[in-house]
Amino acid sequence: MVKTPQILTWKALVLLASATLLAWLLYPHDRRPELTVATVNNADMILMQQLSSEFEKQSGVKLHWVVLGENILRQRLTIDISTGSNTFDVITIGSYEAPLWGERGWLVPLDDLGADYGYDDIFEVMRQGLSYQGRMYAAPFYGESSFTYYRRDLFGKAGLEMPLQPSYEQIRQFAQKLHDPEHGVYGICLRGEPGWGQNMAYISTLVNTFGGRWLDLDWKPQISSPAWVEAVSFYVDLLSNYGPPGAITDGYNENRALFANGNCAIWVDATSAAGYFLDPRQSRVATTTGFAKAPIAKVPNGAAWVWSWGLAIPTSSKRAAVAKQFIRWATSRQYILTVGARFGWLRIPPGSRKSTYEIPAYLEAAPFAPLVREAIMSADYTKPSALPVPYVGIEYVGIPEFQAMGTEVGQEISAALAGRATVEQALALAQAEAERDLEGRARK
Amino acid sequence: MSRDAASKPARHLHSRSLLAPSVAALFLWMVVPLAMTLWFSAERYNLLNPGKTAFAGWQNYRDLLTHRALWVAMGNTLFLVGLVLAITLVFGTLFSLLLDQDFPGRNICRLLVIAPFFVMPTVSALIWKNMLMNPVFGLFAWITRSLGFGAIEFFSRMPLLSIVLIIGWEWTPFAVLILLPALQSLNPEQVEAARLDGAGPLALFRHIELPHLLRPMAVVAMIEMIFFLSLFAEIYVTTGGGPGLASTNLAYLIFRDALLGWDVGRASAGGVIAIILANIVSLFLMRVVGRNLEDLP
Repeated sequence: MVKTPQILTWKALVLLASATLLAWLLYPHDRRPELTVATVNNADMILMQQLSSEFEKQSGVKLHWVVLGENILRQRLTIDISTGSNTFDVITIGSYEAPLWGERGWLVPLDDLGADYGYDDIFEVMRQGLSYQGRMYAAPFYGESSFTYYRRDLFGKAGLEMPLQPSYEQIRQFAQKLHDPEHGVYGICLRGEPGWGQNMAYISTLVNTFGGRWLDLDWKPQISSPAWVEAVSFYVDLLSNYGPPGAITDGYNENRALFANGNCAIWVDATSAAGYFLDPRQSRVATTTGFAKAPIAKVPNGAAWVWSWGLAIPTSSKRAAVAKQFIRWATSRQYILTVGARFGWLRIPPGSRKSTYEIPAYLEAAPFAPLVREAIMSADYTKPSALPVPYVGIEYVGIPEFQAMGTEVGQEISAALAGRATVEQALALAQAEAERDLEGRARK
Repeated sequence: MSRDAASKPARHLHSRSLLAPSVAALFLWMVVPLAMTLWFSAERYNLLNPGKTAFAGWQNYRDLLTHRALWVAMGNTLFLVGLVLAITLVFGTLFSLLLDQDFPGRNICRLLVIAPFFVMPTVSALIWKNMLMNPVFGLFAWITRSLGFGAIEFFSRMPLLSIVLIIGWEWTPFAVLILLPALQSLNPEQVEAARLDGAGPLALFRHIELPHLLRPMAVVAMIEMIFFLSLFAEIYVTTGGGPGLASTNLAYLIFRDALLGWDVGRASAGGVIAIILANIVSLFLMRVVGRNLEDLP
């Protein structure tokens, strides 16, 4: 009585298992090649994901997407690639990672995307930024520099005029005059959130234009040097007197929201936010935003940063050939034209190709485009400082130790901004931390 | 059960051999990661320089122990644990006493008090950061400003206290969750008797309810301590450990070394130090709590 149902169950199980197996064998499997693409959740990349069904149709390749925030993605990719696991076929990395990872042999060189790919059309600085020893390891998807956003209406009302090339002294005076916290307008917004990609990106440009540098030719940190003290004192003074309250938690996104909401008179940050402000659905300052070059304090070197996001292929990927096809598609001139025609010209990925800045429709939609082009053309990431340096990178230092160093220095400066330490104290601590981080390099 | 004394050792052996696989699995589960952490902590191993891995001996520990960051982080960790424990226990007890009373809408009230515990830490931290504590468009800033005071810059002026506030809000419901049923299990006759003897509400609380609650309070303290020693999400979302090191705890410091500095060796050494600290704190807590419990009638 007990045994019969048990046998039945066993039989049923075996039958079910073999039926499943058979069904699986007979099922018409999707035998298209597959690619796993890891990318940042920036607006431009999300658009790429939306458009990618077109690539799937053209090429017969199936795409899997992993879309993450910048910091999480960087952590994920670094662990993945440094341990050699082959999770991804196409990854999205910046100009900080590309040369470092290329040097380690972690990336497939992308010199052979074809004659019609238009290598000459890519901005030289973007291409070099993603190369190591002349070989390109990531194809630029979009690029940015930094410049000054300001509110034309507020300037007009106060009888002020923003020059095309402002100096930091002028910026301070403007901010002082326009600071009106009673009415929710703060003279200036700047990044205060600690992090090497947050406040340190901006502060690096500030230090550069005050004539300072991260490291001297012996790789010794220069963070307690007079140029740093002067630059950081200026920053702390400016932002705590004429900035929004609680600036130490404001990163790029928070500041962008503040400016779009009409809370900032001036903001110095990435050029890639410009399209967002001109879109009246997202911004209250669509008709009143003006643009100027990044301010200069003492020297023009490294006053504006240059960064690009590129697509790359880890050497651990087994489908490099197909991955190249995808990268060719996503970083082509044709892709830019498609986005412009279909979604509007303000939404194209900017700053990667020269020809973008010759499209009449784009120039008309984006009055800031010539400024961005000029900023990108004049940025020289190999000479970030007026003083000689052993590294490349304007708003970063192109060495592996920089992530730790930038994070720690950023923390100390945010302590100074919060008024928990004087600038001198904070920079002395930062100097000690940086020296500790670079000890290994000196030992080499 | 004890039918035959001679067969006992054999049975014992038998049951042990049956237990062995799960014990072994649990043992491996615990020991393998621990051993790997110990091993890494004695290595010079940076993920971005994988070729340059070498044995470092005590170097990582020496680096950490001679550095200000570790001591600050340790202090912050203890401060966080202690203060949030105190807050959740005090408020948990008060809320439990309140919710134990009979009043209209009690069930809804109970639900509302418990609710914060079920919000994910990252979400509640974001809500506090952007909607409540933000000095430009936060609710608190709006209130203080309309009262004629300026906005409070929570995360720059008092980063650690702000985090304590958020975590206290999240975890007070947990204390209520444990303490309220305990209070309900109090024998009503005992309370009646005390009342007849002339005990006021304060005396009732001091001599009847509080002693009754000590045991569940110890449970709350132990469980919360385990979680508070490794607090991370709230710090990551709100202050990023700053400004300076003002809100960096041990867990965040390890994260910073491991995932921002890619220094596996130093981060592992930090992990080992965190394990030691956790053991010291729990030993201390066990002692205190244990003594209290023994004194109970």
